[in-house]
Amino acid sequence: MSTEGTVHKATETTIYRNLIYKRIIFIFLFLIICVFFSTLNIITGPMNISMQEIMSALFLRSNDNMINVVILEYRLPWTIMALLVGGALGLAGLQMQTILNNPLASPYTLGISAGAGFGAALAYVIGFRILPGLPIEFVVPLNSFILSFLTCMLIMFIGKARGFTSETLVLGGIAVSFLFQSLLALLEYLASEEALQAIVFWLFGSLTKSTMFKSCIVFLVLLFVSLLLLKDSWKITALRLGEEKAESLGVNTEKIRIRVFIFVSILTAVAVCFVGLIGFVGLVAPHIARILMGEDQRFLIVGSILCGSAILSAGAFICKTIVSGAIFPIGIITSLFGIPFFLALVMRGRRGIW
Amino acid sequence: MVKVSLAGVGFQYGSHKVLENISFDAFPGEVTTIIGPNGAGKSTLLKLISGILKPTKGRICLDNKDTIYMSREEIVKIVSYLPQENTIPGILTVYETLLLGRIPYLSLRIKEEDLKAVENVLEDLGLKSFALRYAHQLSGGERQMILIAQALVREPKVLLLDEPVSNLDIRHQLKVLNMIRKITFEKKMTTIIVIHDLNMALRYSENIIILNGGRIVGKGKPRSILTEDLLAYTYGVDVKIYETDGFLNVIPIRPK
Repeated sequence: MSTEGTVHKATETTIYRNLIYKRIIFIFLFLIICVFFSTLNIITGPMNISMQEIMSALFLRSNDNMINVVILEYRLPWTIMALLVGGALGLAGLQMQTILNNPLASPYTLGISAGAGFGAALAYVIGFRILPGLPIEFVVPLNSFILSFLTCMLIMFIGKARGFTSETLVLGGIAVSFLFQSLLALLEYLASEEALQAIVFWLFGSLTKSTMFKSCIVFLVLLFVSLLLLKDSWKITALRLGEEKAESLGVNTEKIRIRVFIFVSILTAVAVCFVGLIGFVGLVAPHIARILMGEDQRFLIVGSILCGSAILSAGAFICKTIVSGAIFPIGIITSLFGIPFFLALVMRGRRGIW
Repeated sequence: MVKVSLAGVGFQYGSHKVLENISFDAFPGEVTTIIGPNGAGKSTLLKLISGILKPTKGRICLDNKDTIYMSREEIVKIVSYLPQENTIPGILTVYETLLLGRIPYLSLRIKEEDLKAVENVLEDLGLKSFALRYAHQLSGGERQMILIAQALVREPKVLLLDEPVSNLDIRHQLKVLNMIRKITFEKKMTTIIVIHDLNMALRYSENIIILNGGRIVGKGKPRSILTEDLLAYTYGVDVKIYETDGFLNVIPIRPK
């Protein structure tokens, strides 16, 4: 009787461990998809380059050759940026859904995208540089980053005044979104044709202006933020149980929400300022990760990053190949492919989960 | 073993007084129930003891240590509070839901003792077959059992339960309350239960506290304190108390 009891006990723990192993396998699966599409991204492009030339460009590194330039200064940053921005958006989307307790939330829900767009437009239309004296390629990213930050501050201000509940945040986010969207529309109205075209193109979202330096910045921010979030992963998981329950487990929900909000804002702002508005990755990646891995944030954080990277890498590949010889703006691809996927999620949605 | 003592505790939202001059002791190994009409301040009282709210007046002591000097982390390791809400959102297995009850102790890698604690609670409550079911697929009664298990999994010294059996059928009500009384006695926990069902309160508590309009109108042993007059005064309902098979029963007759 007692041996039966101990065998039973061992079975429960092993079943739990199996649950964990299953999740680790999914993480590896996402990783493989990322590697697969990244390889495709380096190999394919408007110019036809042989595998041998690609390998020598990557590992022998002599930049006096046009092929090397294409590989090292176009394709490689493009590929890496797709991975990093996809990951950043995936993680930002996950945490936005968590703190707003809403499955429809994305990194852009609280108006950061509107602020970023307005910042970029300021540069294109008026030539207004918030920090003057910097190289031209950093004007737009810096403007949009600073405006995103301003948006974040506005939301914080609203939150401090009325309490940091999900309801207040959403309402504040809507108001701030509308504010900057109308200001953006005003700028678009006043813009010259070239400026207007530049703004519209920026808003599409595009990886074409990626460089290794910009990728490094996104990488460091993503690393920093994900490590900090992992440290608090259990408290964030508890948030999913509801306000009262989380409090009863000793979690200071307001403090955690503020902290996560700041991290999400920085992450989104950095991702958006270099590549513009790439939609749907932040909405869809967390949902896929959650269906495969449950609610445990230790896995969800990593899973959302990798899922986002996989989606955006795949999207990057599609936008290179869909029109031969040209590169389609990636934001359009993610939106077009994201919509039916999202509808599918909505249709099969299980009750009682949110 | 942790004694819970309240001395002159008061709580107000702005100028609205919710609780006034609350003083009582709850002892380890005993179940103390709090009864009273809706809006009497019972849930607020539990939130004060659990540290979620801080009293505006008076002192709450856990083993003679004033909670005002204790951090949330310290309190939550001693006190386990189960609120009234009976939902478990998200895609969580029962096992993971219970694991979350150990949040004060969890680090990035789950330790053997955390897993053991979950196992023990599943065993004690007879819930082993539920371990890998998804929480959102459970019935209301099953969910309530899981939430109680979650409150117990971090081996608290003080257990605060807000309406723990309101969702359960009579058989499960008896099972759960029997189990709570047994664990309270065996582990010398200090258990405080807010409950609407007067008969259950009479049956399962060593001490009973009657709250009305934010004040204590009676406290002591159930049999001596609970009189028909007191209940009529508190609830505004004429009642009769009968004894059947050694159990006291409160029968509401008519509203006053």
